[in-house]
Amino acid sequence: MAKKRVVTTTINGQSTEFLCEPRQTLLEILRDTLRLTGAKEGCSNGNCGACTVLLDGRPVDSCLVLGVEVEGAKIDTVEGVAKADGLDSIQQAFLENAALQCGICTPGFIMSTKALLAENPDPTEHEARFYLAGNLCRCTGYDKIVRAVLQAAKAKKSGN
Amino acid sequence: MRDFEYEAPQTVAEAVAVLGRFNGQARPLAGGTDLIDQIRVGRHAPSVVVDIKKLPELNVLELTESGLRLGAAVPCYRIYGGCDINQKYAALADSARIIGGIQIQSRASVGGNLCNSGPAADSTPSLIALGAVAVIAGPNGTRDVPVESFCTGPGKNVLAPGELLVELKFPPRPAHSGSHYRRFIPRNEMDIAVVGVGVSVVLDDSCEKFVSARIALGAVGPTPLFATVAGDGLAGKSVSEKSIAAAATAAQAIATPIDDMRGTKEFRLHVTGVLVRRVIEEAVKRARE
Repeated sequence: MAKKRVVTTTINGQSTEFLCEPRQTLLEILRDTLRLTGAKEGCSNGNCGACTVLLDGRPVDSCLVLGVEVEGAKIDTVEGVAKADGLDSIQQAFLENAALQCGICTPGFIMSTKALLAENPDPTEHEARFYLAGNLCRCTGYDKIVRAVLQAAKAKKSGN
Repeated sequence: MRDFEYEAPQTVAEAVAVLGRFNGQARPLAGGTDLIDQIRVGRHAPSVVVDIKKLPELNVLELTESGLRLGAAVPCYRIYGGCDINQKYAALADSARIIGGIQIQSRASVGGNLCNSGPAADSTPSLIALGAVAVIAGPNGTRDVPVESFCTGPGKNVLAPGELLVELKFPPRPAHSGSHYRRFIPRNEMDIAVVGVGVSVVLDDSCEKFVSARIALGAVGPTPLFATVAGDGLAGKSVSEKSIAAAATAAQAIATPIDDMRGTKEFRLHVTGVLVRRVIEEAVKRARE
C-alpha cells in the first residue's frame, strides 16, 4: 500500500492536518477522516455537484480532488458558512424560498452560490442558472433554488 | 479507489524522469477531472500519479505580440477570465466556458482535454482552428506537434511513454480575424457534444473576402478532424451564402460519424453542415467587429 502522508490545510479558517493515502479523495477525507459530513457523495464522477466545496475560493467537486493535492490550500465547506449569530443570507434565502426538499444537493448548491455571488454579486436569472448547471437537484425543479439565489444576492447587497 | 503512489515533481525534467521511470505505468495529473474518474472506474490503473499542475511551465498564460502561450495545466476558468483572450482567441474561450460545469472549469485544463484525446473534446477543434502547436517534453528533449496531428484515435495520441505535454503555442492573430466554437447538445449545458465545430477566419481589409479559414470538427470521427478542403476552399472567395454553403458541404464530406445514443450518423452529418455554416457566420461577424 502507498505510504500515507501528512497534509496541512486551512479548513473553514482553521489550520487542519490530516493523514491520507494518495488514493483518498478530498471528499472521503472531509467526511470519513474529519467528520465534516456536510459535503455529500452523489455521483462520484463530477456530474452532480453534491460534494462541492471551495478550494482556494474556487468551487470544485471534492470527489474529483485527491486529499494529497490540497497541501497548503484553503478549503471552505458548508459547515463554515453560517455566522456565529445565525444563518448566512444564502442559507436564509434557501429556507424562506423552500429551495430544498430532501436536502442532499443543498450543501453543494449553497457553496456554488457562495462562489457565484463572490464573483458576480448581481447575477441575472440566466447567469445564475448557467453558473449552477454543475449542481443537480432531483426534487425542486430548480425554480425555487434560482429564486433563493436571486433573493440572497439582493440581501447581500443590502448588507444582510 | 485502487492504490497508487503520488509524486509532485518540482521541475519539468523531474516530471519527465518520473514518467520515464515508470514506463507507461505513470499518469500525469492536472485538474484530475478525467483521470480521477478513470482510475475509479478502472479505465486506467497507474502505479503512480504524477501531479504536474504546480510546475510553472505548465501554468504559463501569456498573450504577447508573438502569440498566446497556454500552459498544459492552466484551468479553464483562467482562460475566459482574461478579456484579451476572449476577444483575440474567442474560439478557445468559447470552449473553456462550456467544458463541464463551473466546478469542472475550476480544475480541468485544455491540455488535459487534448491528452485525453476524446473524439468529442470541446477544446480540440478550437485549438486546431486557431493553429495551436503542442510543445512536448520527453527524455530526448522537446518537440512540437501541430494539434491536428496530435490525436491518433479515440483516447490515443502521439505521446510516447515518458513524454509530457508542456504547453500549447498559438500564432498571433492577424487583422480582421475572428473565431468561434459551438457544439450541438440536447441540453442547455453540461453535456457531451453530438457535433462540435471550431472555425477561425481571416478577412481582407474590406472585410468582404476570406483571406484564409481553418475549420475543425469534433464528434464526427475517431479523432477531431481538420477540414482542410473546406477551409482552403474559402480562401479568396467573397463572404457569401454560397461560399459558406460550399464550405459546409466540403466539411460534411470528411465527417465519418457513428450511430450512438447521442445521435444517428445521418443526424450528425446534417448537424455538421448546419453548425459549420453558423460557426463560420459568427466567426465572420467577430472578424468584422
